[in-house]
Amino acid sequence: MEALAISLIKAVPFLGAVPVWAVALVLMVAVAAVVLAFALTFEGVGSLVLRKVAGDIQVRIGPNRVGPNGVLQFLADGVKLILKEDLTPASADRPLFKMAPYFVFVGSFAGFVVVPFGVGLIAADLNIGVYYVMAVSSLVVIGILLAGWSSNNKWALLGGMRGAAQIISYEIPVGLALIPAVMIAGSLSLQDIVRSQGGLWGIFGWNLFHNPFTFFSFFLYFTAAQAETNQTPFDLPEAESELVSGYNVEYSGIRFGYFFLAEFGDMFVVAALTTALFLGGWNIPFFHAETLPWIWGNLLSLGVFLGKAFTIVLIMMWVRWTLPRIRVDQLMRLSWKYLIPLTFFNLLGVSLWLLVFNGKGIPAMIASLFG
Amino acid sequence: MTARPEALPTQEMTINMGPQHPSTHGVLRVILTTDGEVVTRAVPDVGYLHLGLEKIAERLNYSQFMPFTDRLDYLAGMNCNCAWAWAVEKLAKIEAPERAEYLRVIVSELNRISSHLISFGSFTADMGAFTPFLYGIREREKVNDLFEMLCGQRLTYNYARIGGVSGDAPPGFLEKTREFLDYFEPKIDEYNNLISYNKIFVQRLANVAVISAEEAVAYGLTGPNLRGSGVAFDLRKDEPYSVYPKFDFNVCVGSGERGQLGDCFDRYMVRINEMRESVKILRQAVDQIPEGPVMAKVPRVFKPPVGEVYFRAENPRGENGYYLVSDGSANPYRAKIRAGSFVTMNIFEKVTRGLLIADIVAVIGSFDIILPEIDR
Repeated sequence: MEALAISLIKAVPFLGAVPVWAVALVLMVAVAAVVLAFALTFEGVGSLVLRKVAGDIQVRIGPNRVGPNGVLQFLADGVKLILKEDLTPASADRPLFKMAPYFVFVGSFAGFVVVPFGVGLIAADLNIGVYYVMAVSSLVVIGILLAGWSSNNKWALLGGMRGAAQIISYEIPVGLALIPAVMIAGSLSLQDIVRSQGGLWGIFGWNLFHNPFTFFSFFLYFTAAQAETNQTPFDLPEAESELVSGYNVEYSGIRFGYFFLAEFGDMFVVAALTTALFLGGWNIPFFHAETLPWIWGNLLSLGVFLGKAFTIVLIMMWVRWTLPRIRVDQLMRLSWKYLIPLTFFNLLGVSLWLLVFNGKGIPAMIASLFG
Repeated sequence: MTARPEALPTQEMTINMGPQHPSTHGVLRVILTTDGEVVTRAVPDVGYLHLGLEKIAERLNYSQFMPFTDRLDYLAGMNCNCAWAWAVEKLAKIEAPERAEYLRVIVSELNRISSHLISFGSFTADMGAFTPFLYGIREREKVNDLFEMLCGQRLTYNYARIGGVSGDAPPGFLEKTREFLDYFEPKIDEYNNLISYNKIFVQRLANVAVISAEEAVAYGLTGPNLRGSGVAFDLRKDEPYSVYPKFDFNVCVGSGERGQLGDCFDRYMVRINEMRESVKILRQAVDQIPEGPVMAKVPRVFKPPVGEVYFRAENPRGENGYYLVSDGSANPYRAKIRAGSFVTMNIFEKVTRGLLIADIVAVIGSFDIILPEIDR
């Protein structure tokens, strides 16, 4: 950000009088606003698409009243959420109750910061990107636990407890399933990881096809991430048919809206990470995005990235409307008895592969056979 | 070394599940005593939907009570209608014309299908899969269309009459029924592909709330809940009434195919298979239905002779029995209603001990209870 600010000062003459930190600050706010706008738009449109997809899968029509074919439904929903009374139960722990939605929302929104949207389109290319996402997404646990506890409602409490147990259990397999991609790229920066997948026509360079273990790792990550973000079939903290609505049962108005937005935000962050780590990120097939002119390279790579990420989001929605919910003991068993050993074994496999074959993937080996 | 601090005191938590809860199928209240997620005790508290049906029956004459039976089991109104008619006819020793009996069997079986569809749908929705519910609704709409064609109503039919039915099948009704059967039968396989053998679904249901055959009999379970425990008892076969003896069909029983015999999955599967048997009965009934009148000669002021009678019919939710006492007047002296769901609640506390909260939902769904039947 600072480098960008300095170059901006050099390019625009009258900015010379302004201190560098001020320009950088303005830039940061601007970038944050853009990312927030993207996140909110995605969350709005995502909710509409979710309902349309649900309608399609469930042999019904879905929203079709607001705007042409219901496309403005999400605006109506948003306005409704903002205008509705924000109730706080009399016996709730008021400060905690009011705070909890922000934790959840920030936890999910902060993940957007390191999402590599394109060649140069990333809010902050942290050199600890993957680690950072893992860290901020843990913030959600605190929010869910606070919401469940402070509501002074037994269903909410059960939901909060489930949420805490679940997210903490599944962070381990998520972390272990991410490491293969990090090892191949040799960096925690998401941009570096995406760049490392650029070779060989842009498709066979994907970590997904690097070796059998990474292929497996993709599915492990996807499953565990579904659970970590409370998506069906692992939506136990908000299990509607069991816990009424789970940890957010006492929330109304825009505070409920934050939980709702966070859910979609999580969905996108998981999809974006899956894309960046295993599916080649913004790499354009058959091209090197970095060699194109800045504007075209970025636009194309943004398109490719969003295309992949939205496909993953659609798959998540499809899963959501297809599978029943698993039980809490089965959830724990799945994590501790199956996913964690499997991801660990997988990690071992990838390490051995990288050691034995000197970091080369199967496509690269095949390519070298043909010169 | 410091002394180990006293263990934190723990106590069980009492949670009210219902009367407003998405998965209690109405206003059932279950008082859960839980240790974390484990339910140590679940006591059903019934009575939130008390309609006073039995008292109402004493204040109305026999045919005036017919619409109230629709409300007894609003998902199987036709079955309750017909059961009431059969009970009163048994009391007054009236024979309905054969065509009327066929029509009653047709509507009863159609209603059994639509009721089981709701049961299937709401059960899967309880398990977290909302999609199959709407598939069930899709087919149920077609049954409702058929009923609308027949009697103008889609939920509370008031179709049966003492001594017959309110009206003959309109032209095209039987053809439409046949069309529906051809359309519906493959859909059962679709449900099985969609959800029945889904691994998560089976895991949720197999070996949960196992009821042995002896227990089921001892607690007076009837209908699919009893047959799910492997007891082949079906009033249509074992105590035949109406024209049921003329039809060839099987009694579906649980087989323990995915877990122990008598678990939630068996009860679920019995309902799915029963829909197939209902289709079988319907095909025969639609083919064999004779021409003729649909109402017997019943006096305008209908006063059955003094006496008492118990009649029971196989409803989608088990035995629906009416114990009628007549003092020779136009109103029943006493009408006791025996409903499957109410009796099923007896065993609820026993089978839910030690289960998880999510299992309670599964048990309620697998019993396929309906609240007006419980509270009457």
